[in-house]
Amino acid sequence: MSFETDPMAEIRASFFVECEELLEALQDSLQIMDDGAEDSETINVVFRAVHSIKGGAGAFGLDALVRFAHRFETVLDALRTDRMQADAAAVKVFFQCADHLSDLVRHSRDGGSDPAEQSGALLARLDALLGTEAAPAEDIAEPEIDFQPMGLTLDLAALDDALPADLPPLNALPPLCDLADLPPPEADGLKTYRLHFTPDTKLYETGNEPFLLLRALEELGAAQITCDTTRLPKQQDLIPEHSYLSWTVKLETDAEEAKILSVFDFVEGLCSLDLQPIAVTPDAASASAPRTPKTPTAPPSPSAAPATAKAPTPIKNVVRVDLDRIERLVNLVGELVINQAMLSQSLETANLPPHGDAMNGLEEFQRLTRDIQDSVMMLRAQPVKSLFQRMSRIIREASTAVNKEVRLHTEGDATEVDKTVIERLADPLTHMIRNAVDHGLETPADRIAAGKPAEGQVKLSASHRSGRVIIEVSDDGAGINRPRVLQIAIDKGLIPADAQLSDSEIDNLLFLPGFSTAGSVSDLSGRGVGMDVVRTAIQALGGRITITSVPGSGTCFSISLPLTLAVLDGMVIDTAGETLVVPLNLVVETLTFQAQDVSMIRPGQHVVRVRGAFVPIVDLAAELGYRAPQNSYDGAVALLIAHENGNRAALLIDNILDQRQVVIKGLDDGFSRAAGIAAATILGDGQIALILDPSDIITNAAQPLQKPLRAGALT
Amino acid sequence: MSLSILAVDDSRTMRDMIRLALQPAGFTVHTADDGLHGIDVLDGITPDAIITDINMPRMDGFGFIDAVREQEQHRATPILVLTTEAAPELKARARAAGATGWIVKPFDPAKLVKALQMVAG
Repeated sequence: MSFETDPMAEIRASFFVECEELLEALQDSLQIMDDGAEDSETINVVFRAVHSIKGGAGAFGLDALVRFAHRFETVLDALRTDRMQADAAAVKVFFQCADHLSDLVRHSRDGGSDPAEQSGALLARLDALLGTEAAPAEDIAEPEIDFQPMGLTLDLAALDDALPADLPPLNALPPLCDLADLPPPEADGLKTYRLHFTPDTKLYETGNEPFLLLRALEELGAAQITCDTTRLPKQQDLIPEHSYLSWTVKLETDAEEAKILSVFDFVEGLCSLDLQPIAVTPDAASASAPRTPKTPTAPPSPSAAPATAKAPTPIKNVVRVDLDRIERLVNLVGELVINQAMLSQSLETANLPPHGDAMNGLEEFQRLTRDIQDSVMMLRAQPVKSLFQRMSRIIREASTAVNKEVRLHTEGDATEVDKTVIERLADPLTHMIRNAVDHGLETPADRIAAGKPAEGQVKLSASHRSGRVIIEVSDDGAGINRPRVLQIAIDKGLIPADAQLSDSEIDNLLFLPGFSTAGSVSDLSGRGVGMDVVRTAIQALGGRITITSVPGSGTCFSISLPLTLAVLDGMVIDTAGETLVVPLNLVVETLTFQAQDVSMIRPGQHVVRVRGAFVPIVDLAAELGYRAPQNSYDGAVALLIAHENGNRAALLIDNILDQRQVVIKGLDDGFSRAAGIAAATILGDGQIALILDPSDIITNAAQPLQKPLRAGALT
Repeated sequence: MSLSILAVDDSRTMRDMIRLALQPAGFTVHTADDGLHGIDVLDGITPDAIITDINMPRMDGFGFIDAVREQEQHRATPILVLTTEAAPELKARARAAGATGWIVKPFDPAKLVKALQMVAG
């Protein structure tokens, strides 16, 4: 009975998927313990996660994983049974063990460098936790002694020798029909045994069945079975569920006594069992004493403790789908959207009656297309939780490295983001988290001196806001040391020495390439380790990063990302004869200027009055270099754009053409990144249009003073 | 001999492995994710034997065995416990709860089949 390797490979693959889920649950529960909010079920979840990983790993012969998980589990079991307490130090070790466990799982799955050598140090720390109640000596000497990992194969004959000795090896003898071919008893060691077997009532209550046990005996050799019915009471006295029968078996077999007794493994203590060898010659029979008497032991008290039912954990039904298939589907849906747009366009120009069948059908078609698109996008969406969990590990490692106590708070773990975005966010986020720990937070001594708790806080949050995903990394550290940052920027020649910069402009200096060098990292009390790299990575995802900092109370980096990388609701506009697309979610409203609303605040800088507030005007065509700035704003059309930091600006355009969904086509590396241009798209008529990044344009235009700086360095 | 088995384990891997071990031997395998789910599944079937894990969320193996034994029609249904440790006290506890026997994980398919035939006929 051997199988293709296929089903095992399948199970192995799903084992690793399950491992990821278990590791996630493990992290969650450890976090709860770390927050001091655990109950017994939390510890049980931790225990079960490690336990299940061990169980599965054993089946696949992943020895290193099994060995480590087993020792980890031993300590968790002590915790679970109140033999030790989980203080903060213990939870820290648990976190490290959980991290190591996930390293081992990944190593087992993907190969690569073997993390097993770190096991020793962690195991020593685990043992130290147990302290006086250390694991049994033999457990330390021979960790795998009570749990033998064993590769599972489905070749039924191969493994008999490697098995744990607990199961009755029932098939050790050749079938009875072969016995005739065997040599006579004397030469072969065939022995005869007499066995008395009296089941207790309890044996029946546990679902055991004497008939099956006797049948198993028969498989060991030639058996003569007699049933003793003398204890059967009269029928009116008979209690149907009592045990009245007993059996005597005369068994001729070459099996060892232990093997015969192993048939009764499951019922040990639930019956009285007496096994003695009897000599073949009559005169020796009387000399033989009972050798292995089995007396009934007291039935164990029924003290089972059912677990209290906790809030049910929702069970997710999942299908594993090759990512390539999803990509293909996403692309096809993208084409469908373009196709639908082209169809709309041709129907509109065909002068059809507005409420005719064709137009109604088109409307329905549009709605369906949009639903399909949304559903397809959902396929790629994943909660950011896995990403955040990776970050909590980064925090632990970074804080240990610089000897700071740091606590990570996460918010909005369930926020869903495109899978690709999550993957590509890992590096920039890691960078930012490390910065927060290394540069954002003060040393414990400085914190206490500043009247803060020694333990620093880093918060990682995700949320959906106006069609985008906002991810924030904030700390409660000292904030950005602005004079220092300004001085460094001047020293490095990044800005003129006499530059007058606002606070937020100084903060943004951190994003300049060349601002930070390795030399300035360790003594820089602000931030800035490779933030330009972070910014570039975020921009590549169609996102933006902003920074706010309050001296003495901390710094917050906010990343704003598109929900999906594939489509966008856009406003199609015309300026200087160019067709462009503005992301609709940034357009607050459209404006038509009256001459009296516009005033000049300095040459080249105009503002427009919008409901009592003044909003700077940005001439799109001029900013993009299509033409010189206009002189008259009377009757001009503009889009009121919401800037990320809460500011607004009026983006001057020539005409609004349409409002539609567009499929984002990335500009590949063949194009240099132009300021203010995010991507491109294909419109319904087949024309290619650039998709703008209005925030970028407005930022660039905001301060004429900064223009040389931005043109040279920021883009 | 075709037996119908209910396997209760919170680990998908373990459920898959049990199914893979038993189905080729002609068993019909039902599965459940934990004790409570097991009770639900048991409502519609009368398996010849039950295999259950001990450490499970919501309702663990001991609670599950208790609950099964309370049901008139399953009072004598053989129940095998899956355990990673062969520790005597675990066996004793399983039996006290009404388990028929136990299987040590990781199990060998042939032994699992044998053990089931041993308790379920």
